[in-house]
Amino acid sequence: MNRIDRLFIDLKGQGRKALIAYVTGGYPTLSAMDKAVKDLVRGGADLIEIGVPFSDPIADGPTIQESSQKALDAGITPGALLDWVKRFRKSHDTPVVLMTYMNPVVSRGIDRFAREAQTAGVDGVIVPDLIIEEGRPLEEALARRGVHLIYLVAPTTPPARREQIARRSRGFLYAVSLTGVTGARRALPKDVGAFLADVRRRSPVPVAVGFGISDPAQARHAAAEADGVIVGSALIQRLKNKKPLFPFARSLRRALDRP
Amino acid sequence: MAASSLVLSDLPDRRGYFGSYGGRFVPETLVGPLEELEHAFRAVRRDPAFRRELNDLLSRFAGRPTPLFFAKNLSARLGGPRIYLKREDLCHTGAHKVNNTLGQCLLAKRLGKKRVIAETGAGQHGVGTATACALLGLDCEVYMGVDDMERQALNVFRMRSMGARVIPVTSGSRTLKDAINEAMRDWVTNVRTTFYCIGSVVGPHPYPWMVREFQSVIGREVKVQIRAFQSGDPDALVACVGGGSNAIGLFAPFYDHKKVAFYGVEAGGEGLRSGRHSATLCTGRPGVLHGARTYVMQDENGQVLPTHSISAGLDYPAVGPEHAFYKDTGRAVYVAATDKEALAGFKMLNETEGLSAALESSHAVGYLPRLAKKMKRSQSVVVGLSGRGDKDMAQLAEGFHEPH
Repeated sequence: MNRIDRLFIDLKGQGRKALIAYVTGGYPTLSAMDKAVKDLVRGGADLIEIGVPFSDPIADGPTIQESSQKALDAGITPGALLDWVKRFRKSHDTPVVLMTYMNPVVSRGIDRFAREAQTAGVDGVIVPDLIIEEGRPLEEALARRGVHLIYLVAPTTPPARREQIARRSRGFLYAVSLTGVTGARRALPKDVGAFLADVRRRSPVPVAVGFGISDPAQARHAAAEADGVIVGSALIQRLKNKKPLFPFARSLRRALDRP
Repeated sequence: MAASSLVLSDLPDRRGYFGSYGGRFVPETLVGPLEELEHAFRAVRRDPAFRRELNDLLSRFAGRPTPLFFAKNLSARLGGPRIYLKREDLCHTGAHKVNNTLGQCLLAKRLGKKRVIAETGAGQHGVGTATACALLGLDCEVYMGVDDMERQALNVFRMRSMGARVIPVTSGSRTLKDAINEAMRDWVTNVRTTFYCIGSVVGPHPYPWMVREFQSVIGREVKVQIRAFQSGDPDALVACVGGGSNAIGLFAPFYDHKKVAFYGVEAGGEGLRSGRHSATLCTGRPGVLHGARTYVMQDENGQVLPTHSISAGLDYPAVGPEHAFYKDTGRAVYVAATDKEALAGFKMLNETEGLSAALESSHAVGYLPRLAKKMKRSQSVVVGLSGRGDKDMAQLAEGFHEPH
């Protein structure tokens, strides 16, 4: 069974929400990222999302843009990140999801990408510029390898379409909390709860909410109508400012687990 | 289906594909708005009131039809085919861009969007958008790379004069590619109130199609105007290609006229072997950038490569998907003219005809000496003179040196 599916079954049994932590691959260095991931897991992250740096990340705000550029400048490649997953797998069973834009996938070749992802021990792939109308080839290539393609829904997605996307998404469905790019926000939109409740009602797979979630209170609030929360830019900002991730992850975990 | 059996109206297909290029590779947030835009565009294409309003603006405001000019002296100098110039440089604002911005901004108004955003490289599309917005009473914000703001300072001033806000882009290569990235991020954020007016035949469906339709007025006029000089079609069409909107505008109406050869001239920069150029179709490979599957200049890991061109308007690492389709099917030939050839073209057209073309268009002119050698004196070629050189004069006055 795919590790993501196993995770959500376990969490459901325990009545808990998933804490999904995003880090930019190779930021600030590969070894620093390795330590960051392990700290996050120790602090209570259930699933790790590794961003594959891309030169033109149109769905990302300044924090992740900057970290991606830094990682690229330091020479990170998709191959090096796949190798990292392989090493991580020797010590950890935590599900790993790659977040990559479409061009690096097309460039590598869809079948080769799917094969390498499986071999490395990747459990899922998120492609922020891939919509269901364009997704079949990658979806099928990944499915043959037992790797999940996780689609996104947005507040601007009409209700009927939300359902179509949810039915195509594997592992979980990524609900984008707001209209905009990634990045910490002071507040989430007021109607995020209603949006999430609607998406969750329509989705056969668990729903995780991301974009703009930057502290434990927001995480707890967003998780009320979801099966998990995704925290990214807030972690990258802490990495940039050389603040420890372990206590932050633990505070997010506690906020989610508090009855 | 063989490309030769397709007619223009078949392209793109319902999903926005030209063969295997185009489509819609965007964040999910934009899907609803893109569908809304596609429906609105399909509706106005057939709406006589909209067409009348646009045609009226194109003629009385933008100065259409633009002349087709027989460049007698240039033809004699090169000793090859008769050369005709399609004078888009005479459009109001100084380039063909206004054909498209008037169309899109009218559409924005129909959709009830009060805020229009745009990206710009050389500044011509920014000026075109600022102009249409001033005329139609819309708020306008233009993203422009800081490096381009410096080399096209005059156009920055023009945009601001018309009340547009010019937003400097400091990310990435600080040129056109990054201006598009920033405009897309703005659009994802403000999509409910904002219309994104894309300046070329790039981006997600329906943009490559819609912009082509607005720019096809160029080729449609040529079809009629050439009859004043000769009985049949021209033998060849030549235009510069960055994103490729003036080229598609000239080529597309002749798509089914298979005897008319198409030459797209990309920016060869310091030479294709130098690595410092923007010749996407000559050197790139298929990928996905700015919402479409198309040729992209990229490294082995799929990272988009930095580009170079003397002209800000051609300095772009991708290209319109319809051009990618024309290339693969052999309908058009894509070549590159270097910075030096463009400068030589600029000089040659000034000297022979008293015309100062934009650096972008000068690439098409700069390719003519090579093309003339391959063609007969009895043949004819139409060159898309997409813009005038006023915007480049300061840059040229500073750095102009004899090409050698």
